Amino acid sequence: MDPVNLGTYAQNTWCPGCGNFAILNAAKAALSSLAQEGTPLENVVLVSGIGCHAKIVDYINANSFYSIHGRVVPAAEGIKLARPNLKVIGFAGDGDAYGEGMEHLIFAAKRNIDITMIIHNNRVYGLTTGQYTPTSPLGFRGRSTPLGTSELPINPLELMLSSGATFIARGTSHGLELLKKIFKEAILHKGFALVDVLQVCVTYYNMYQYYDKRAYELKDHDYTDYYKAMDKIREWDYNADKPIALGTFYKKELPAFEDRLPKFEKTVQDREARLKEVLNEYV
Amino acid sequence: MPDVSVLIAGQAGFGIDKSGLIIARIFNQLGYRLYVYRDYPSLIRGGHTFSIIRAAQGKVGTHKDKIDFLLALNQDAVDLHKERLKEGSRIIYDADTVKAQGTGVNAAKIIKEENASEIMRNTCIIGSFCKTAGIDWQILENVLKRNISREIDVNLKVASRGYNAVDKISGIERLKQEPLPVVTGNEAMGLGLISAGLKAYISYPMTPTSPVLHSLAGLSKDFSLKVIHPENEISVILMALGFSYAGERVAVGTSGGGFCLMTEGFSFAGMSELPLVVILGQRPGPSTGLPTYSAQTELNFALSAGQGEFSRLVVAPADAEEAYYWSGACLNMAWKYQTPVIILSDKNMGEGAYSFDINSMPAVKEEGPAYWDGKDAYKRYLNTETGVSPLAFAPLKGNVVKINSYEHDELGITTEEPGLSKTMQDKRLRKGKYLEKELENYPTVNVYGDSGAATAVICWGSNKGVCVEAAKELGMKVIQPAVLWPLPLQKVKDAIGQSKTLICVESNATAQLSGLLMCYGIKTDKQILKYDGRPFSLEELQEQLKDCSSIK
Repeated sequence: MDPVNLGTYAQNTWCPGCGNFAILNAAKAALSSLAQEGTPLENVVLVSGIGCHAKIVDYINANSFYSIHGRVVPAAEGIKLARPNLKVIGFAGDGDAYGEGMEHLIFAAKRNIDITMIIHNNRVYGLTTGQYTPTSPLGFRGRSTPLGTSELPINPLELMLSSGATFIARGTSHGLELLKKIFKEAILHKGFALVDVLQVCVTYYNMYQYYDKRAYELKDHDYTDYYKAMDKIREWDYNADKPIALGTFYKKELPAFEDRLPKFEKTVQDREARLKEVLNEYV
Repeated sequence: MPDVSVLIAGQAGFGIDKSGLIIARIFNQLGYRLYVYRDYPSLIRGGHTFSIIRAAQGKVGTHKDKIDFLLALNQDAVDLHKERLKEGSRIIYDADTVKAQGTGVNAAKIIKEENASEIMRNTCIIGSFCKTAGIDWQILENVLKRNISREIDVNLKVASRGYNAVDKISGIERLKQEPLPVVTGNEAMGLGLISAGLKAYISYPMTPTSPVLHSLAGLSKDFSLKVIHPENEISVILMALGFSYAGERVAVGTSGGGFCLMTEGFSFAGMSELPLVVILGQRPGPSTGLPTYSAQTELNFALSAGQGEFSRLVVAPADAEEAYYWSGACLNMAWKYQTPVIILSDKNMGEGAYSFDINSMPAVKEEGPAYWDGKDAYKRYLNTETGVSPLAFAPLKGNVVKINSYEHDELGITTEEPGLSKTMQDKRLRKGKYLEKELENYPTVNVYGDSGAATAVICWGSNKGVCVEAAKELGMKVIQPAVLWPLPLQKVKDAIGQSKTLICVESNATAQLSGLLMCYGIKTDKQILKYDGRPFSLEELQEQLKDCSSIK
């Protein structure tokens, strides 16, 4: 399938040069490739939050759930629990996933529920016109912090690893090929997968050059080793001027939440009769 | 007419709740109709907790102030409830720990001799109560066997020692009626949802609806239910919307505080037209308030929760039978009209136990929504005459299902275009009109007593039981709207008929139903309001209604 066929009639309203285009193109390419390899597109549901990132579901001709701010994860979990045969892919911004809805991310990782979260981490609020986010560096001057922030950023990958996520990776919007590869791997991973994409907001926080200078692709990294993964994840803390590793930090096969849930017979043969029996137990 | 009230009291942790249910089931075996009121503080051990079991010939839904038997497991039980005693009342107490006049049994001693755990003092007291009241041992034995799974032999031994240690004082009449299930409102809501095809229940624990979560979790195997307890109420409602999107009938349960967290998701359900049922169990606020007590304070909240304007259904069942019926009906309505629905419960209805006659209400069966016929390309928000778009769920070969929290077009793609925005808002609101029309065929307003009565009492939810009984003797009629939104205005007006005086009875401080009626030009002459967390007793409401009868 040609990625172009995945488009819709919705007019794209991202700024020219927006890092979201890379995510959109990589996602389309990954979905096309998965479709060719036996994951039909109709089995995919895309979930997004609110923010520039979220428009991605309008631009892809696939099942979608355009959720509310911070609430991509629980919606994705609900869809997955209701229909485990669906591939559920969540797109969320950094304000969305790491700010408003952080608790859901921690719990989804803890459950190891089989969904994929792709974070459009531009480290700034775009759609609300330029405020700091949970991953903005210390001293970030935004419209709500004109004198600079007074708090350190969180390292979301460190948090995800310690919460139980079984697939953790990072990409940038200047690395389409790597993004495609990571997205596919993340989607195929059985368990909770998170991909942090250093996606550049050209209007409010243009970090293309900064990332280009510091980013490098992980080589000979043992992603099955928790401690080695943690070391690599901690190399750059989203604040200090350090090399920024890209690729898969951690990957582990563990039972997913839906596999651990009790399994029941598919249908209740005679609901009415069983209800009467249950009521009889209350006599 | 036989009418017996038994109060059992002690500390939390004494098994008072379970004992109350066992006593209710003993009366049930004797052919009585039951109502159990449960009163307990917000703690795990200690404090003072009690249950009042009322057993009568006919249907009951309220307790009386005066009691016939007081079963005391500690001194507080006697000291705090002595006002409830009347001539002929009998105290049955643990003589080892309580000073009282009446029937004492050395429960603590018996427990020790039988090597039984301390909680079994209540089994001993129940044994003594049955003997005192002239109830056959065989009935007690059967009820205990059905209701106690752990250490039943020791329990039976302890009960028989309690039974044999005391004398028969009175003889409880045996009635010629078949026993009925004794079901709490919470259990009935769960069963009603199941009757209409519930597939998943998602909830974060909160009094007074946690028992819905517990009972459905217990039934999950029987009905292939997915019962999930996520990290908070925000997750609860969003997960539920995920289930709904995927085509699985789902409900959530909470109380006011939890529903505050859910309101953004509730509004999202309105915009995205995802079917959703919310059980909202009321308790006194503001904020944490009186967490284990009851109130009717969330009517205005239920009517207006969520930003924006969207159609909704708000139903307040009054007892276990209505709870069963309306929960099923609400689930059907949520799916037929793809709209959020609130079942407005309260602690007294939810945790109160009632005799349950499934035949007292119309049968509930799963009713399907309009499904996509597969002919034309699928449009999730197809603009139809009724506003209801045919439903379909992923995966659909060659078609997509897109839902959206933004204003959107028929396919579900975001729009900010003014004409389309208005069209889609009209479409969503139009569903409400058709929902309202369908409701005309439902028992949305119940009327009790003489329809020609000059005075009408209007109430909602759990107050029905006390109102119906209190009004009967005073020759008043009772009007109880079970559906509060869309308000069944014509039926309410018809029910009021020629009545000259309208008295509103509510468990809140601001007369919320009265206020709603006022919006439609129906003015109540008097409001009887109670907002101390406790239910009206029969005597209390009768007194207040008598005071009103002079109003002209």
